[in-house]
Amino acid sequence: MLEIVNLHAEVNGKEILRGINLSVKAGEVHAIMGPNGSGKSMLSAVLAGHPAFTVTQGSVTFNGKDLLAMPAEERSRAGLFLSFQYPVEIPGVSMVNFMRAAVNEHRKYKGQDPLSAGEFLKMMRAKKDIVELDNKLANRSVNEGFSGGEKKRNEIFQMAMLEPCLSILDETDSGLDIDALRIVASGVNQLKTPQNASIVITHYQRLLDYIVPDIVHILYKGRIVKTAGRELVAVLEEQGYDWIKKEVGE
Amino acid sequence: MVQDSYIALFKENEALFQQNLPAWRQQVRSVAMQKLTQHELTFAAAYALDYGLNPARLPFKGDPFGLFMCDIPGITTYNYLVFNDSFYAQPNMPELPSGVIICSLAHAFVHYPSLLEPYIRQYSVDSSDVAFNQLLAQDGMFLYVPDGVQMERPIQLVNLMYGASDMMAVSHNVAIIGENAKAQVLVCDHAYGNQVNYLSNRFTQVFVGKNATYEHYKLESSSAKTTNISTLHISQEADSQVLSNLITLANGKTHNHVEAHLNGKGAYLSLNGLGLGCQKERIENHTFIHHNVAGATSNELFKYVLDDEAEGDFYGLINVLQDAQQTKAYQTNRNLCLSDAARMFTRPQLEIYADDVTCNHGATVGQLDENALFYMRSRGIDPQEARMLLMFAFVHDVLDNVRIEPLKDRLQLLIERRLRGDNTHCNGCKICR
Ligand SMILES: Nc1ncnc2c1ncn2[C@@H]1O[C@H](COP(=O)(O)OP(=O)(O)O)[C@@H](O)[C@H]1O
Ligand SMILES: [Mg+2]
Repeated sequence: MLEIVNLHAEVNGKEILRGINLSVKAGEVHAIMGPNGSGKSMLSAVLAGHPAFTVTQGSVTFNGKDLLAMPAEERSRAGLFLSFQYPVEIPGVSMVNFMRAAVNEHRKYKGQDPLSAGEFLKMMRAKKDIVELDNKLANRSVNEGFSGGEKKRNEIFQMAMLEPCLSILDETDSGLDIDALRIVASGVNQLKTPQNASIVITHYQRLLDYIVPDIVHILYKGRIVKTAGRELVAVLEEQGYDWIKKEVGE
Repeated sequence: MVQDSYIALFKENEALFQQNLPAWRQQVRSVAMQKLTQHELTFAAAYALDYGLNPARLPFKGDPFGLFMCDIPGITTYNYLVFNDSFYAQPNMPELPSGVIICSLAHAFVHYPSLLEPYIRQYSVDSSDVAFNQLLAQDGMFLYVPDGVQMERPIQLVNLMYGASDMMAVSHNVAIIGENAKAQVLVCDHAYGNQVNYLSNRFTQVFVGKNATYEHYKLESSSAKTTNISTLHISQEADSQVLSNLITLANGKTHNHVEAHLNGKGAYLSLNGLGLGCQKERIENHTFIHHNVAGATSNELFKYVLDDEAEGDFYGLINVLQDAQQTKAYQTNRNLCLSDAARMFTRPQLEIYADDVTCNHGATVGQLDENALFYMRSRGIDPQEARMLLMFAFVHDVLDNVRIEPLKDRLQLLIERRLRGDNTHCNGCKICR
C-alpha cells in the first residue's frame, strides 16, 4: 500500500529526514517510536503534503501512485489521513461545514453525488458515537475551544467520516487521560479492516497497549534505525532510548 | 482649488439653490461656502471633471422605479429612491404608521420647517465634504418618526446614479427618530452601467431620541468609475440604541465618514463595517465616536478583505470627554490582505480625558492562516474552497450585526459570491443583472 524509499526531506535548508525506508501493507498496524525531535512529525507532514517541507531525494508510492506528485488535498481523497499532533483551530468555520466540504470532495473523487443535508447529518451523528463526541459538535467551530482530549477525539471522528485507506496517527495519545485514551483507541480499532492500514506514531507504550502494532520502528535523527515485532515496545519502555544511541554509535 | 468652480456655479444659480428654503437653511449655505475652501475635499481630483448638475430640478423623463427593483427575497420595505439627486417615493405603498413622515427633504423644508429647524440649527458644518454638500444639496429623504412609534417594516432608500455621461449627485437626508420610537433604514448605493464617471456626495443626519432604537444599514454595490463620499452624522440621546453597518461590496472609490455623538447616559452605539475590495477599488471608513457624557457605550467592528491592488483605509477615533465617566468603548479593526499588492492603512485612535473608563482597541492586518489552509486541504478540501471558508469565517461576525433576517440571508449570499470572485453584484435587481 505504502512504499517509502530513501526519503530525504528538509525544512529551511536543514535536512531532517535522512533516508527513510518503510513499507506498509494492507491490514498492518505499524508503530513509529523515537525520542523527541527525531523527525516523526515531519515524516507524517511530508506524507500528508505539507508545503513547508521539501523532499530532496527518494520516492513514496501509495497504492501504485506517486504520492509526492499529488497535492495535499488529492492525497486525502486518495485515502491518506493524518491525525495531527496539534490539530488546528479554525474560528468561524463550523465542524458541519468543514466536514461536509471534505466528505463531498471525497465523494466527488469517487464519482459519487454529494450527500443531501439530511443524509450528511445522519452520517455525522453515527460517526461521532464512535468517539463519544457530544451533539453540539456540529455547530462549533473546528477545534476552537476544544479541550486537548476533544481535539484528539475530533481527529478520529474525522477519520471515521473519511474512511481512509491509510491513517497516520501522530501522537494521538499525547495529553489524553486514560479514559480518553481508551475512547480514542477503541475508535481506531473499530475502524480497522483487513483492507486498511495505520501508522501509529508515539513515544509511549501506553497507546500501544490498546492499539496493538504488528511492526515497530524506531526513528532516530531522521532514519529508521531499528525495525522489529511488537516485543520492541516493551524493551523501549524498560530501557528508554539510550541503548539505541549506543547501538548507532553515539 | 477645485471648489472655486463650484462656488461660482452656486453664485450663478443662487436663486435656484435658495428658492423655497427657510432663512435658517439659506444661512447654512453661506456658512458652507466659507468653510468649503478651508480644507481639501476627499478625492478632490474626482470633482475636477465637468459633470452635469441639475440646479433647475429638471425632472427625469420616465419612471425611475422602472429602472430599479431591489428584490431581496422575503423583505418588505417602504421603498424610496434618490435618483441621482432627486427623491421619489414608490407609488402605491402601504400606509405609513400614524404620524410618520417620509418625504422629499425639499418638500419638508416647505411643509415641515418647524420639525427640521431645531435640528438643522444645532449642528455646524465641520468638513469640506459636508460643506460641499450643504452648499449644493437640494433634495434627499426626510424621515420623521414621532415619539413612541415603532416602525416594524424597514425603510429602503436606494441611491441610484444614472447617466449617459459623467454625472454628479449631491443629496442630503435627515432622519428624526422620536423618544421611544424605532426605525430601520437600509440604504443601497448603486450605479447604472460601468462606462461613465459618477461622483456622489451624500450627507445623512440622524437624530435619535431618548430610549429610541435606530438601525442604519448602508450597502454599496456600484461601479469601478463611481466615487462615493458619504457622511453619516448620528446624535444619540439617553438610553437610545443605534446599530449601524456599512458594507462595501463593490465600488470604485468610497469614503464613509461617520460622526457619532453619544449625548445621553445609557446610549449604546454598535458601529460596524465590512469592505470587500478587489482590482483597484479603494474603501475608506473614517469614524469618529464622541462620548460626550457619562455612562454611554460604543462597540465598533470594521473588517476588510482586500485582493488584487485594492486599498483599504480605516481611521477610528474614540473621543472620551472629561465628564464622560463610566464610558465603555471598544474598537476592533481586522483586515485580510490576499495579495502582495493589496494595501491596508489602519489608524485606531483613542483620546481619553476621563479617568474611569473601559476602552480598548485593536487592529490587525494579516493573511489567511496557512496552517488552517493545510489542515483543510489535508481533509481533501480544495484550496480554493478552503480559502473561501476561511474568508467567510473572517467576515462572518459583521453579519451577526445585521438584524433584518432577509437582508442578512441576502448579504450572506452576496458576500459569498463576491469572495468567490464573481463580478456580478446583487443580481436581484435590474441594475446589476
Ligand atoms: N517548521 C519547522 N521549521 C524548522 N524546523 C522544524 C520545523 N518543524 C520541525 N522542525 C525540526 O525538525 C526536527 C524534527 O521535528 P519533529 O518532526 O517535530 O520531531 P518529533 O515529531 O519526532 O518529535 C526538530 O529538530 C525540529 O526542530
Ligand atoms: Mg512530533
